[in-house]
Amino acid sequence: MEIIVCIRRAPTTDARIKPGPDGKTYDPAGVNFDISEYDKFAIEAGIELKEKHGGKATVLSLGPTVSSKELRTAIAMGCDAASLLVSDAQHDAWATACALAAKLKTMPHDLLLFGWNSVDNQAAATGQMVAELLGLPCVSVTVALEVKDGVAHAERLSAHGNRERIAVKLPAVITCQKGLNKPRQPNMKGLMNAKKTVIDESPANAPANGVVTVKLDPPPPRPAGKIVGKGPEAAKALVGLLHNEAKVV
Amino acid sequence: MSKNVLVYVECADLRPTKAGLQALGAGQRLARQLGGEAVALLTGPGLEAEAAKLGAHGANKVQLAAAEVFATYSQDGLARLVTQQAAATQAAAVLASATPMGKDFMARAAAAGKAGLAADCTDIKVEGGKIHAVRPVYAGKALATVEAAGVLWATLRPNVFAVEATAISAPVENVNVSYGPGDLKSVVREIVQGVKGKLDVAEAEIVVSGGRGLKDPAGEGKQNWENLEKLATTLGAAVGASRAVVDAGWRPHGDQVGQTGKTVSPKLYVACGISGAIQHLAGMSGSKVIVAINKDDTAPIFKVADYGIVGMVEDVVPALTAAFAETLKS
Ligand SMILES: Cc1cc2nc3c(=O)[nH]c(=O)nc-3n(C[C@H](O)[C@H](O)[C@H](O)COP(=O)(O)OP(=O)(O)OC[C@H]3O[C@@H](n4cnc5c(N)ncnc54)[C@H](O)[C@@H]3O)c2cc1C
Ligand SMILES: Nc1ncnc2c1ncn2[C@@H]1O[C@H](COP(=O)(O)O)[C@@H](O)[C@H]1O
Repeated sequence: MEIIVCIRRAPTTDARIKPGPDGKTYDPAGVNFDISEYDKFAIEAGIELKEKHGGKATVLSLGPTVSSKELRTAIAMGCDAASLLVSDAQHDAWATACALAAKLKTMPHDLLLFGWNSVDNQAAATGQMVAELLGLPCVSVTVALEVKDGVAHAERLSAHGNRERIAVKLPAVITCQKGLNKPRQPNMKGLMNAKKTVIDESPANAPANGVVTVKLDPPPPRPAGKIVGKGPEAAKALVGLLHNEAKVV
Repeated sequence: MSKNVLVYVECADLRPTKAGLQALGAGQRLARQLGGEAVALLTGPGLEAEAAKLGAHGANKVQLAAAEVFATYSQDGLARLVTQQAAATQAAAVLASATPMGKDFMARAAAAGKAGLAADCTDIKVEGGKIHAVRPVYAGKALATVEAAGVLWATLRPNVFAVEATAISAPVENVNVSYGPGDLKSVVREIVQGVKGKLDVAEAEIVVSGGRGLKDPAGEGKQNWENLEKLATTLGAAVGASRAVVDAGWRPHGDQVGQTGKTVSPKLYVACGISGAIQHLAGMSGSKVIVAINKDDTAPIFKVADYGIVGMVEDVVPALTAAFAETLKS
């Protein structure tokens, strides 16, 4: 089975994000990067499926050349090959999906794995968009996945904690949510592999963004709060404030 | 420029959902600014009566796709319909709710329309002749204002937009499609029900969340979690949790609030025994009013809280439940 895992290099979740001088993008000073959280579940799913069914798991990313670090981490975890579509621009989900789809058309694939949502852009859209562009079925927010006889059996989280069971024919796109698996740590052999791996680099072929950011603002500051009191004796006063002042109950 | 706004109104149990009506309200206000009409689109059999009532919530026109093919959810089936209707109504904007369903099909529909998606928006309006949508990014650490070159496709965050009360007599038009279940790529085969009647944190108007301070529910924390459930029941609230609690297996992942959990925007958020790590704050700082209960008066959660009590969850939570019960009675 040919598996391709699309991963994004994103600011770590503890990063403090401040709009930069252009007022449209954030100030990268002091921001660290990592594989976007949910993409780790996609990497693990790819490795597990490859181990079970045979074949190859390739990681693919669109981003600046430094993204090779995240790609090497995926190799260290157990992926077999890595491709990087080089671009320094800020792409939205549409432009990203177009560039990924253009590359994916040139790569054999049975299963395309994504994170369900990126921790920075948070569009929760790229996987479905790639599926549309390639004419493939897609299951998003997947928490259980099995592949049998050319069919992916997936469970996706929907509202109220319900799970929807969907079976789709391969090739297919699956976007991964926490709960699907436990991403492994790289081992010694993986780390050696990661060092040796030659990353297939090519320029990204991305169109203009579908949605354009015209302004990036910090969230409105919250007014200073007050400590109502100490211990259970303060409960009545707090409820009084919520009722009379904040008027939320 | 076209001036109409197409709104996919999500339904459940044969009725529009609250989030669906909120999206319709936003669509009506946007259409008024554009000088066009809000067109509500509903799918599935059995919605004739509900469709006819949508003029009361901002629809100028209603389109009903009642075909059996829409009885069960399909990402590509719905995307295809919405793309078709976006063209048919000459929509300047296409809106749906940022729910598990809306997030799933709208991305695909936007791509079919060769457009991007403004996901999970908290505001949408016309500025300088352009439709501008505001969306939290980096888990709410920044707000991006976005626009589209052509049609703006957007999903709207639940509980942020007001429902409209209008007295429009909106005609209902039946929409036909040329495809059937056999033409679809993915169809939901079966729905495994979650806990019956459980309120989802992402949709609830009030959320009470527990953190590591409540301790292990299988051990010394048993009473604390029961107390938290009682507080939630009294307020009609959903129970949320920090990631520390979810990772420890004390609560299901669906309850997790934060950057890698759910983003919530209730009118009241009560954080009990939660320190207020940056990833947790990212998911809940959009709440209207925040209350924190923590034994440590230097806990970062107090920096974002509107009201706080410094104390032990063991006795503050039951005292709160009693005080709320009394206030709600009167
Ligand atoms: C990639 C990544 C993603 C993450 N995503 C999320 C996320 O989505 N959501 C999230 O919540 N976290 C997330 N985290 C984890 C986050 O950094 C914190 O570790 C977590 O939020 C801490 O949970 P907590 O506040 O329950 O526990 P703690 O930090 O241990 O805090 C417990 C608090 O309870 C108080 N307390 C203890 N006993 C009592 C008592 N008896 N009465 C009253 N107060 C008491 C303490 O004073 C303390 O403030 C993420 C971390 C990473 C690295
Ligand atoms: N630049 C990128 N390169 C490769 N994959 C990406 C990129 N951006 C997003 N993705 C994938 O798309 C998923 C969803 O991202 P988003 O639509 O931004 O929420 C991510 O979890 C990744 O799997």
